[in-house]
Amino acid sequence: MSRKVLILLPYVWLLVFFLVPFGIVLKISLSDIALAIPPYTPTLKDGFWTMVAGLDLENYAFIGAGAVFAGFAAIVLSAVMFRIVYPRVRRALVPDTPNGFFDTAAAALTALAVALVNVALVVAVLALLFPALQSFVDVPDFLYFAAYLSSLKIALISTFLTLLIGYPIAYAMARAPSHWRPTLLMLVILPFWTSFLIRVYAWIGILSTEGYLNQLLLSLGIIGEPLTILNTNIAVYIGIVYTYLPFMVLPIYAALEKMDDSLVEAAEDLGCTALSAFWLVTAPLSKPGIIAGCFLVFIPTLGEFVIPSLLGGSDTLMIGKVLWEEFFNNRDWPVASAVAVILLLILIIPIVLFQRNQEADQ
Amino acid sequence: MAQPRPDAVFAPWDDPAEVPLIQFKNVTKRFGDFTAIEDLTLDIYAKEFFALLGPSGCGKTTLMRMLAGFEKPTEGSIILDGVDIGPVPPNERPVNMMFQSYALFPHLTVWENIAFGLKRSDMPKDQIGDRVERMLKLTQLGKFAKRKPHQISGGQRQRVALARSLAKAPKLLLLDEPLGALDKKLRHETQFELMDIQESTGTTFVIVTHDQEEAMTVASRVAVMVDGNLAQVATPDQIYEAPTSAYVADFIGDVNLIEGTVEVQPKGADPTSVAIKWSPTEDPIKATADTPPPAASTVQFAIRPEKVAISAEKPEAANVMEGKILDIAYLGNISTYHVEVAPGLIVKAQATNTRRISRRNLTWEDHVYLSWTDTAGVVLSE
Repeated sequence: MSRKVLILLPYVWLLVFFLVPFGIVLKISLSDIALAIPPYTPTLKDGFWTMVAGLDLENYAFIGAGAVFAGFAAIVLSAVMFRIVYPRVRRALVPDTPNGFFDTAAAALTALAVALVNVALVVAVLALLFPALQSFVDVPDFLYFAAYLSSLKIALISTFLTLLIGYPIAYAMARAPSHWRPTLLMLVILPFWTSFLIRVYAWIGILSTEGYLNQLLLSLGIIGEPLTILNTNIAVYIGIVYTYLPFMVLPIYAALEKMDDSLVEAAEDLGCTALSAFWLVTAPLSKPGIIAGCFLVFIPTLGEFVIPSLLGGSDTLMIGKVLWEEFFNNRDWPVASAVAVILLLILIIPIVLFQRNQEADQ
Repeated sequence: MAQPRPDAVFAPWDDPAEVPLIQFKNVTKRFGDFTAIEDLTLDIYAKEFFALLGPSGCGKTTLMRMLAGFEKPTEGSIILDGVDIGPVPPNERPVNMMFQSYALFPHLTVWENIAFGLKRSDMPKDQIGDRVERMLKLTQLGKFAKRKPHQISGGQRQRVALARSLAKAPKLLLLDEPLGALDKKLRHETQFELMDIQESTGTTFVIVTHDQEEAMTVASRVAVMVDGNLAQVATPDQIYEAPTSAYVADFIGDVNLIEGTVEVQPKGADPTSVAIKWSPTEDPIKATADTPPPAASTVQFAIRPEKVAISAEKPEAANVMEGKILDIAYLGNISTYHVEVAPGLIVKAQATNTRRISRRNLTWEDHVYLSWTDTAGVVLSE
């Protein structure tokens, strides 16, 4: 009995704080904009059945949801295809296992090309067979589609940059003398003690034309005139990498820290150089941490709003920012809700993948 | 115990013409202020099964890690097969190590673990498979080739680690507490397996252990280490029967140590005989020594409990002591009697339990006689 109550608890939580709000947003996304309070119609005041009858998919068609879905479906399809093709290409190109970095790179690129051509073929065949699909992917306002794609691009690049910076930090922490590690861990977590908003604002002071960075570079004579960093995509990347670095460092550190040091020694004893011992032993063993860290950065970055709106310029297109503007500048709640619903559906893919990685890790 | 080989006794250390495989020459290793190894000189010969034995912190693991290349000697040099291996990194040494934790790569299968070292060598690909299969056969792991290390038992993991370290056919195999994680019964079986493998592959083994029984069982020679120094290097029987110091005598097995002074021998007595005065009232202990210590010097007389006979009636023997049984440790096959022969001096005597315990004629507080021959013990002058 008490066990059932315990299991029920997270489900009730999910219902109250996720499903009910999601249902409300979904309903708004199916409504039409109106000059009223609330700014959409129909509402429950019109009676339940009138409300249900008044719902339509207009907003989704407007933001090009079909195209967004088709785009993401193509990306997911390419990824699946790549996973299928890659081992085969690899076996065909490099028989037997001994491998170098360039063998891997060559096989990966070939597999990627094959996957993309395959997907293009599938798309072409579908377009020929079902001309009706063309209206499905029709995009009346390109803004939203571009914002989704640009968000995806920014999220992917900043996840990669965070990994690039976070891995050496985590590695150094795990290799540090054990009495140093709690302090280093503390230093990584320390930024969480101040408000996220304040920290992002601080970057405005650093990156602006008269900011500390430009002053420093000017006084050192490295640059002749101030750089324009603030209000560009570079500032957005800096902000995202800075903010989400701990989410990358911590899981990688956890994976590296529990690794037995004698594994690397064993690899060296068996003929590996320090570098090949890293590639053959340390890197594969930290893979679960890398994957977890990448998802922890990628998922929130995709919908990020504060960083692009504070540090980004007017040409920084991110779906979180578009959402905000739709809600508060345009007061178009139905379209904003539709954008939010699509964003959520897109995010389900990486979240499910993350879940599977965590389960495989256990 | 070391077993003489059927054809000839394997004792290259006694042959001055034999060139050692490994030579430690005045090796010192310091970690900051701490001296782990102090001015150590040691020769290890090809095909030996050499055991480094000592309590934890005696420097035996440091010595082994210097052979593997993970530590560099602060002073002195280590010669392997005529080459000074001081500057050679671990991956270029013809030495492989079996780690205490086994250090199997968890992301690779048993097969891939064994092939790992071969793939880093210049061995042609088609031969790697054969070599791995041979190793799997040698260690009876054929069935588990496709499993990951976490899917096999501790004993199997130990064998994978052994197969992996033997796969590259090293000149020297280092084993760091190889059987420490196994239970007692499996440990005994594996000790004999190790000896078989060592003999069939002809590899030189250096084993680090704190388990004296293990060292005695497997090794051709044992080095007892204490505080970064070698206390004694000898065959297991010599270490046991003829320890050169009270420390070694006490560290290996059980021993009775009796302190006394050497008495002046009467004219015409056997030059190897020694009489040790250990009590003002009792008869001196009669013993023998190849080079007897000078008269009036303080010595320790060491005798193993199993060489001390215990009886209720006074026996005829070179040495007889009488005392009272304080304690009896019953171990099943044998019993150890703690006998107080003088106030504060307890001598242990061991007897095989040839009779059932209910029929034993000796019990607590009994007055008994202890006896041993004049060659049973060792006189230690330090």
